[in-house]
Amino acid sequence: MAISFQLFFLELFYTTNAHTNFNSNSSSSCGSSQPAWLKYIYPLNSQKCTTLVLHLNMTSPTVYPLCVEQTTGVVVQPQLFSVPRNEDLKEMLESNKESLKLEAMKRIVGLIAKGKNSSELFPAVVKNVASKNIELKKLVYVYLVRYAEEQQDLALLSIRLFSVSLALRVLSSIRVPIIVPIMMLAIKEAAADLSPYVRKTSAHAIQKLYSLDPDQKEQLIEVIEKLLKDKSTLVAGSVVMAFEEVCPDRIDLIHKNYRKLCNLLVDVEEWGQVVIISMLTRYARTQFTSPWTEGATFDENNEKTFYDSDSEEKKEQTEAKPYIMDPDHRLLLRNTKPLLQSRNTAVVMSVAQLYWHLAPKHEVNIVTKSLVRLLRSHREVQFIVLQNIATMSIQRKGMFEPFMKSFYVRSTDATHIKTLKLEILTNLANEANISTILREFQTYVKSQDKAFAAATIQAIGRCATNISEVTDTCLNGLVLLLSNRDETVVAESVVVIKKLLQTQPTQHSEIIKHMAKLFDNITVPMARASILWLMGEYCERVPKIAPDVLRKMAKTFTAEEDIVKLQIVNLAAKLYLTNSKQTKLLTQYILNLGKYDQNYDIRDRTRFIRQLIVPNEKSGALNKYARRILLAPKPAPVLESAFKDRDRFQLGTLSHSINSKATGYQELSDWPAVAPDQSVRNVEVIEPVRNPSSSHTPYHKSDSESEEESSEESEKTSTDSGKSSSGSENSSSESESEQKKKKKTKKAPQKKSKPTAVTTPSFGPVKTYELLHHMTGKGLSAKYHFPRQPCLYEPSMVAVQVILTNSSDHSLEEIHIGERSPAGLNIHCFNTIERLEPEASVTVSMGIDFSDSTQAANFQLCTKENQFSVSIQPAVGELLMPSTMTEQDFTKEQGKLLGMNETSATITMATANTSSQAISKQVLSVANVGVVSSSQNNFHRFAGRTVSSGALVLVSLELKESSSALLTINTEKSVMASMLLRDLKQALTQA
Amino acid sequence: MIHSLFLINHSGDIFLEKHWKSVISRSVCDYFFEAREKAVDPENVPPVLQTPHHYLISIYRGKLFFLSVIQTEVAPLFVIEFLHRVADTIQDYFGECSEGIIKDNIVTVYELLEEMLDNGFPLATESNVLKEMIRPPTILRSVVNTLTGSSNVGDTLPTGQLSNVPWRRAGVKYTNNEAYFDVIEEIDAILDKSGTTVFAEIQGVIEACVRLTGMPDLTLSFMNPRLLDDVSFHPCVRFKRWESERVLSFIPPDGNFTLMNYHVSSQNLVAIPVYVKQSISFFETGPCGRLDITIGPKQTMGKTVENMMVTIHMPKAVLNANLTATQGTYTYDLTTKVLVWDIGKLNPQKLPNLRGSLSTQVGVPKPEDNPSLNIDLKIQQLAISGLKVSRLDMYGEKYKPFKGVKYLTKAGKFQVKMLCTAHFSTNWRSEYI
Repeated sequence: MAISFQLFFLELFYTTNAHTNFNSNSSSSCGSSQPAWLKYIYPLNSQKCTTLVLHLNMTSPTVYPLCVEQTTGVVVQPQLFSVPRNEDLKEMLESNKESLKLEAMKRIVGLIAKGKNSSELFPAVVKNVASKNIELKKLVYVYLVRYAEEQQDLALLSIRLFSVSLALRVLSSIRVPIIVPIMMLAIKEAAADLSPYVRKTSAHAIQKLYSLDPDQKEQLIEVIEKLLKDKSTLVAGSVVMAFEEVCPDRIDLIHKNYRKLCNLLVDVEEWGQVVIISMLTRYARTQFTSPWTEGATFDENNEKTFYDSDSEEKKEQTEAKPYIMDPDHRLLLRNTKPLLQSRNTAVVMSVAQLYWHLAPKHEVNIVTKSLVRLLRSHREVQFIVLQNIATMSIQRKGMFEPFMKSFYVRSTDATHIKTLKLEILTNLANEANISTILREFQTYVKSQDKAFAAATIQAIGRCATNISEVTDTCLNGLVLLLSNRDETVVAESVVVIKKLLQTQPTQHSEIIKHMAKLFDNITVPMARASILWLMGEYCERVPKIAPDVLRKMAKTFTAEEDIVKLQIVNLAAKLYLTNSKQTKLLTQYILNLGKYDQNYDIRDRTRFIRQLIVPNEKSGALNKYARRILLAPKPAPVLESAFKDRDRFQLGTLSHSINSKATGYQELSDWPAVAPDQSVRNVEVIEPVRNPSSSHTPYHKSDSESEEESSEESEKTSTDSGKSSSGSENSSSESESEQKKKKKTKKAPQKKSKPTAVTTPSFGPVKTYELLHHMTGKGLSAKYHFPRQPCLYEPSMVAVQVILTNSSDHSLEEIHIGERSPAGLNIHCFNTIERLEPEASVTVSMGIDFSDSTQAANFQLCTKENQFSVSIQPAVGELLMPSTMTEQDFTKEQGKLLGMNETSATITMATANTSSQAISKQVLSVANVGVVSSSQNNFHRFAGRTVSSGALVLVSLELKESSSALLTINTEKSVMASMLLRDLKQALTQA
Repeated sequence: MIHSLFLINHSGDIFLEKHWKSVISRSVCDYFFEAREKAVDPENVPPVLQTPHHYLISIYRGKLFFLSVIQTEVAPLFVIEFLHRVADTIQDYFGECSEGIIKDNIVTVYELLEEMLDNGFPLATESNVLKEMIRPPTILRSVVNTLTGSSNVGDTLPTGQLSNVPWRRAGVKYTNNEAYFDVIEEIDAILDKSGTTVFAEIQGVIEACVRLTGMPDLTLSFMNPRLLDDVSFHPCVRFKRWESERVLSFIPPDGNFTLMNYHVSSQNLVAIPVYVKQSISFFETGPCGRLDITIGPKQTMGKTVENMMVTIHMPKAVLNANLTATQGTYTYDLTTKVLVWDIGKLNPQKLPNLRGSLSTQVGVPKPEDNPSLNIDLKIQQLAISGLKVSRLDMYGEKYKPFKGVKYLTKAGKFQVKMLCTAHFSTNWRSEYI
């Protein structure tokens, strides 16, 4: 079998062109079978696409036999009918024409899609992995991933560069254990990549590798830990997913990232949001104490007081307990709330369950409306949401009662939807609404869907037991249903009536008589059995009828169903005990019939009953107690919801849906009695310029603490200000709008074809200035700050955020901007605020074109009644936009701005300011500039552009010995330079 | 998460399978077929099924079942939402989501599935992103492709994927810049036998078709935003601005998308555009009954009601209907027992009427359940809630776009319960409560 086979050596170099070496030695078991190794090489060009190059040298001798088999036509998996066709596909694949190959691949993928086996084409297909045609390549990838597991050795051959970042995806999708070390290496490399997309891919690959080889867990956790620190919204969802899959118990990895994840949440893609929210729910349950105050363990009455608006006092009482919510706990609740408005139903549901499991009881109500909204979605969505509402409505009627009509059943609903709605309506029933609900139920009973009608009758039964006022009404209604023409309706009614009568047997002999009359017409065994049981149980109330029924039953005994037979025996026994004179013979007859019955249950029961009730020499002490045994008062059955115990599962989970623990379900832990250390979540000062993705994001000491303190005091204002302060905490976590604006700035300067690109704005701590004091503003007070974002309206404007607060006791109307000066001042006003309630505040954004001067912008802030002249005077540093450039670019640009354009001063640095972090912090607090990474320790460089004209402003600081330093500013705007120099000097010399 | 996907047609054939992890035998679907048989109606199949080793989550759309196989705990809505997204994407690409269309484009569908999910976790579900990677087929493109040998697969990473605006593709260019918004409202209502409203609410949706060059930033404001009770947005909408200023501020995706869904609170009185006078009766003696329906306009704000259609699911016992319609045509489907009366435009001067006799099965007791009427209608140029768009502003780009807003009111689940006369009273509630 010395058949030569062309095998390619995969040697990939930095170039994308693969060298294909042909080796024609089939029996080369010697070969250089060195272990597979590979390397990732990053091209140093600054292009966005990162090429992952696999460098792979390998020859695996085990490959040959398989290939030989293939080439000699010995098909491994014979597929008699598909062989000729596959031959022809193989020919197409081996042709030189790209289009033929493509056509063949399309047909093969079609085969895969249909679930047909095409694995014998493996060698032929895999050869095309080197194709330059991207579509062909992708199709080969599809094929490879499908069959790699079956043809491991051959698959190894195909591991090579696909394209760009697809490589890791392909690599990790090939489930071949031998490549585990390669994958591990690749994942580690990719996790540190510059492109967030590649990092995302690596997060995905973690899960794949873990399922391939769980032994790698420890190493993978390290990578997860690293990726959790990532600031990109693109990565967050995927890495949390990996975390959940690999090490869901390593809660400690989350601490440091908790606040970041909360802040990023809004911007993460929707699927990631679901995963993060569910993880944070679990996290919060282990880290915070219960917000559910004592005594709020649920009884309806207590709950009511929560919602009654006039029960302020009570509310105060309950809150008087010294429970203070952890600010981080509040942060989570606050940041998830906007997601209730998501279009993705899974996101809404996950926020709803988060509120259900984490929020104080009186806050849970905000999710109701959104959940009800989901009921208008697809049928399957309705099903899941209704299931969850069913569980919720058992504990919290108040939540859904106002929306009762949304649960009315429509004739077009699917049966399982109808049943769930019925369940919820039953849960919601109370004294006040029961008549409405019963009227609704009444129409359901007539439904053509008989299974549903039967369920309705059950529901009526439940209402009757739960609400004593309507028990009689329901019972009478059900009795009427006994004359219904439909058998299932009648049968269900009987069963329910039986249960109801059991709960209050005193005055219902009439109903029992009525049922006895109907007995002949009822054929459903369960119903017959129920009636017989009722007869027996209350035989003393119907002394004349019961023996007669027994007589009839004796005649038909043999033809009855088993459950009916058992009840006949029971009835006979009970009658024998109470009325032996009339029934002795009948009973003996029935017991004799039972003795020879085919069913052993019935024979057993007969034997047992006979020994129990008929006195003879063998029967011992038990006989005396027969009456007490058989006619003992029996507890009434409890009619309760099928969703009663569903709350043991976390809402929204698969386990909740199927009501049993699914594989991999993680219990939600109980609240800890004492909160674990809160400080674990504090984030220390993060080194600036560490993030590889946006290398110019300076960080400042997290001011989240201060933010959260304010949130304690007034929820309302902190929601507004929280936006800006979270932005300062973490540059990539600014709320969505900021991010979008950011996107815009990227474009604007590019148009001017400047050599440098402006990227992420930097954020220093936000200083707030007073615009209008509430005393002068007759109740209206205004503060402003510079959010340091690119302005939305025009690129030449500086964004200003104004917080308007109404401190008066009446509401203010029509707040808007009036006259402005100087006349040509270009302001983008905020939309008129029609009404501002007392104590309310609102944040609006404006854009002002200062034309690169610090001249104040004067304008009038008007309400309906008054006008107030106000002015905004920007600090010079706020007129800048950060600019990103490399060190080389910086020096190059600096070289162009010498002489007149250079201003410098030697300053004495405050001792506290000598570390590079402190310097960045101080500089950024003064001016909105970007940090330029520096190779020298004693050199600090910052770059920015003026907002209006886009002139470059370059700040450099050279540290000299003994805390003196040379501060240089290069810009065309010499006035600005001197002002900036003054400000910077002040900031840096201050302690 | 999502392990495998099977597409199953109406008659129970698996015509596409895709595995994202290791291959799962299609025999797992047998459990589903069992449930499918038990449910009789395909719509009644429970969406979540448990089998010894797997969990099956399925959706039913366009006569197709999308069945996903799950092995571990996952939020079922996550899967359901994703499956619907798959169906939406297929519809978006090929115009409809049916077995034939999927079979014709099986390779593209397969490529789409490959991109949408990675290892069972959704990767790219935004239509703008997907279209950059896999271009939707058009006749022109397929001709070009065959001639030049180029492909449908984009050779670059979609830029949107990397940006903060993942829903918008980069480098959009149009010669005609236009933005259209359709405000579509649906009335969901249940009217009882006497014509009083049991339940009524309005669901609205704003569908947008935006073809604008560059990276426009739009602001859409309403005359009366307070009407909106509950809203949900496309991810592009900035929620903070909605909360503070009640305006929709967003960078739109390119092409068609749903900007927002809203709900008009049921506290506001919902205008019911039509009234229905109807009676249906079955005689105790003899196998027949009578039917009489008249429809007239009620609160239409001066607009014409179009595309009127009445659908009645008759009781099983009704064999045939012999009716006369003063306007439009009626059909009675003998097997499904559905009576459809297609009226068309509603003329306020001459109210359409449908009357005649129904023949019922001999020997069968007369039907006791009252059928209900389902009404379908359309009113152009009217948002029944009164919602009005006041203006659309664009920032960030210099050109002047062409803007347009269209309003449309439709009947959603509009049901009228029928009055059944000459029927012995089973109205036990009124007697006992």
